[in-house]
Order: sequence, then structure tokens, then C-alpha cells
Amino acid sequence: MNLHSLTAHALLDLFKSGKASSKEAYEAVLGRIKAVDPKVKAYVHMAHAQPGYAGDFQIPIAIKDNLCTKGEEITCASRILKGFRSPYDAGVIERIKKSGGTILGIVNMDEFAFGSSCETSCYGPTFNPWNLQCVPGGSSGGSAAAVAADEAMWALGSDTGGSIRQPASFCGIVGLKPTYGRVSRYGLIAFASSLDQIGPLTKDVRDCALLMNIIAGYDERDSTSVNEPVPDYTKALVNDVRGLKIGIPKEAFVEGLDPEVRRSVEDAIDLLKKQGAIIKEVSLPHTPYAVATYYIVATAEASSNLARFDGVRYGLRAQPAKVRKNALIDMYEETRSLGFGDEAKRRIMLGTYALSSGYYDAYYLRGQKVRTLIKNDLDEVFKDCDVIMTPTSPTVSFKVGEKVSDPLSMYLSDIYTIPANLAGIPAISVPCGFSKSGLPIGLQLMGKAFDEEMLLRVSYTYEQNTEWHLKKPKL
Amino acid sequence: MFLPPFDDSILPMSISKEDVKYIAALARIDVPEDKLEGFTKSLGGIVQYVEQLQKLDVSNVKPTSHAVPVGNVLRSDVVKPSLISKEALVFKVPLIIE
Repeated sequence: MNLHSLTAHALLDLFKSGKASSKEAYEAVLGRIKAVDPKVKAYVHMAHAQPGYAGDFQIPIAIKDNLCTKGEEITCASRILKGFRSPYDAGVIERIKKSGGTILGIVNMDEFAFGSSCETSCYGPTFNPWNLQCVPGGSSGGSAAAVAADEAMWALGSDTGGSIRQPASFCGIVGLKPTYGRVSRYGLIAFASSLDQIGPLTKDVRDCALLMNIIAGYDERDSTSVNEPVPDYTKALVNDVRGLKIGIPKEAFVEGLDPEVRRSVEDAIDLLKKQGAIIKEVSLPHTPYAVATYYIVATAEASSNLARFDGVRYGLRAQPAKVRKNALIDMYEETRSLGFGDEAKRRIMLGTYALSSGYYDAYYLRGQKVRTLIKNDLDEVFKDCDVIMTPTSPTVSFKVGEKVSDPLSMYLSDIYTIPANLAGIPAISVPCGFSKSGLPIGLQLMGKAFDEEMLLRVSYTYEQNTEWHLKKPKL
Repeated sequence: MFLPPFDDSILPMSISKEDVKYIAALARIDVPEDKLEGFTKSLGGIVQYVEQLQKLDVSNVKPTSHAVPVGNVLRSDVVKPSLISKEALVFKVPLIIE
């Protein structure tokens, strides 16, 4: 039996019955990483600390390169943070360590989470385990690829506009973006503070619930963390959707959606209908404006969050050979120009533009108002629906290099995932099929704020009646 | 798809190389001459795309800055465990005397 190919819950059962030890599991995964990571390139570096083997959940986990982990170099896959060793643990890392979790290593991402393909990383791209010529999605591409390739039992990622769900969809695994405020952002290096949320990437829905049990909860060090009781998410794993109302937005199924993705999602709708769910057509009239709204709001927040990377406090510091303006300004500009990649520069400049004098009302303020309209659309639908179902991404994974020169087409990869971030609601991606070319397709379910349990229940029911999640890439 | 219909009543706004230089200076980023064209084009494309927001009537809409409304969060003024200076100051400060 290959321990590395098991889910976390299957592994915990083996630990309990004494058929395997956590040390064996850890070593099996390390062996798997040694064997396949030279091809997949999910890991940026392995953890320095050795596992302690104490606690109830001694599960080997991969951590995205933007979650501060004590003693590890954490860089957001950017040259500007090279050499930054975190002196503390993020809230979620503390919780993982307390549970007994073994941190395997730090995994790749798009630079500062700016991307949908994991190609903007300063370490080079990660590859999709299902087809090594294709991208794993992004920005949590390293997390998704590591889990799909059995290089980790599960992983943590972060999601600002789809960065957990879209790579989960591209790699054929489960990814959940929790409600804004459900999981502490303390120690998550910020991209867009009003949208960012940390969440699990796992091999199945049960593991998703288990990892949520570990990471969810109030943390006073994150002032946007919400002090609501945390349920036992495994109790939501019920194979029953009878009488539940599932909203299907008509805006999601028009021209431009890949026909194979469309067919798989329609099959999923049929399956849930046969299981007793009530399918309703609904409308989200302002969702066509979600991507435009997102690229105003998210870049504005990013330009302000990334102002702190100035050569004074972290990592890289550079001075040009010749004086251009004055020594201080030159140092800022040289550091930021050498430290940030092109996509990071583009987003910082876009955000700066949206916030700049004379454009603030036309862009940023208007963006925030359209955000209200999008949120109102969702609130309205949730008055009468338990979940909303769409594809996770309009296409399956694409070739490495295919979209790098066209930022706008890359941004459109997130059209279905962005509304949940703007509205702060939870959303999950679960595997729902494969294209003829053998690439995974993902199904997205969005829920009401703090109703992750409903998402888990519907996706668990779907999973119990399908076998997509059991398929493994050949590596 | 979740995309708006094309509407040519909105004149696409674009940005010039001068705009990009100005924004870059505000953002403390040095854009060399040979990259100016590329950034002007890609930023211009995104700005044009974003322009579609102008056709929505938002005159009576309140802006959303946070999806989950939170007020000021205060804490009591008591000492709690934190990094000790040996842990926090693990970096060398560069020479600053010129």
C-alpha cells in the first residue's frame, strides 16, 4: 500500500488501528516528493524543522509561500522577499502545529498571488500533474499540484479572487474558500485585505471538513476575524440533498463557456436533481461586472499593501549605479524594480492609477459601489436558495506560456470565482469530470456567509455518487 | 459567460506613455524605456475593459469596503506574550552613512 496516495482521513484510520505510523506516512510522502517533484516542481523548499509526532492530526501538509512559518524563508514567490525568514507563525500555522500536523515544506504560487497559472513565480512555474505541459492554475498552484500528485496529504492556500478554487479545479481536487472572517488572516502576507481568505486544498470533501475543523475560528490578532462559534464540520458530511434548493445562474451558461466544462456541470446538476435537490434558474444580473470590479478593488488594495516592500524593512535592497533622483527615492525605485516581476508591477500601477487623485471617484469608489450591487444580487438569490452552482472556471487548464502575454485573458479565468470574494461568502470547488484531453473539470458551489456546512453537505453528496475524486494522474 | 455585452456607446478610454511614467513614479517603480510600450499597452487594455463599470447607475448605491461589516476592534491594555528582541531583530541593518 502506498501511504502517500491516501486521504488524510484514511491515514488517520490506519494510525488509530495501528496499521501505520505517522513516521511511516511522513517518510512515504518525502519519498514521493523526491520521485515526482523534479517534474511537478510544486515545492519551493522543504521545511527545516523536523516533525515532532505529537497531537491527534499528524498529517503531512504543504504550506503556500505567503503564510508565515517560523524559521522558514517566506517570499510570496517574489525576489523582493528573498532572504526573509519569518520570526513567527501565522494563526493557521499555530493551529496546524498544535493539531500535530507535520509541515513538509513551502509550495509555489504566483508572485504575491497575482495570477491564475503559477507562472509569475520568481522560482519558475509549477506544472499540472495531469499534463506536465499545462499550468496547475493559480495562485495556489503549488498547493493544488502537491495534493494532486500525492506530494502532500493536504495543503493550505489563500484565495483572493479564486486562488484556491481555480487551481483545485485544474488539478482535480477539492478547494474551499471559507467565509471572510472565518479563518484568521494573521500572518498571511496581504494581497487585498478585504478579499483574502485562507482555506484548505484536499483530496476529498471529508478531508476538507477535517482541515476546516483545525483552521477555523476566532483570532484577536486579525481584527476582521469573526467571533462566531465553529461547528464540527464533519457533522455536515451527510449524503442527502433532498429538498435543498440549488440556484443555477443563467448568466453562467452562455457563449464562451467551454462545451466540455458545460456538459460536465450540467451532468452534475442532473445528478443532484436525481438525488432530490430542487433546481432553480436564478439571475445574478451584475456578475458580468465582477471581473472589472475586482481588478479595481483588488489592485487598489494591493498597491497599498505592497508599499511596505521598499528595501528598508524586508529582503532585497538595491541602489542604482548612477544617481537618478536622489539616493532614497533611487533606492526605493531600484529595489522595487528589481524585486517585483512584471505582473506585480502591472497590478501595483493599476491600483495606484485607480486610487490616484482625479481617478478615485471614477474607479475605486465606483468599483466599491458595483461591489455592493454584486453582493445584493447574491443576497437576493440566497433568500430562496441554499447554494448557487456554476463551473469553477470557464475552461480546463491551459498550456504553460499560452496566456502570459495577455493579462486580460488570464484574468477572465476567474469570472466564476470572483463574486464570492467580493461578497465575502464561502465557495468550494469539487471535481466533476474530465475533458477529452484528460484534464480535470471543477464544479463550484457558493453558499451563504458562515454556511460552509451546506457546501460540504451538497459536495459530499455529489462526491458519494461519483468517482472523479478517486482518479489519480499518472506520473 | 459572466461577460457584459459589447457596447460601443462607451468610448474606450486609454492611457498614454506619459500616464504610465506618472503612475510608475507614484508607485516608486522605475519603468525603463524599452518596457514602457508594453506596460502602456497592457495597462491600457485593462483600463478599457474596466471602463464598462461607467455604464451602471450607482448614484444611490453605498460603497462596500468590507463584505462582512466590522467596527473598530479594541483590546484591553495588558501585556501579552510577543516576540523577544533576540527573535525579532535577526537582520543586519545596512550601512547608512554616505
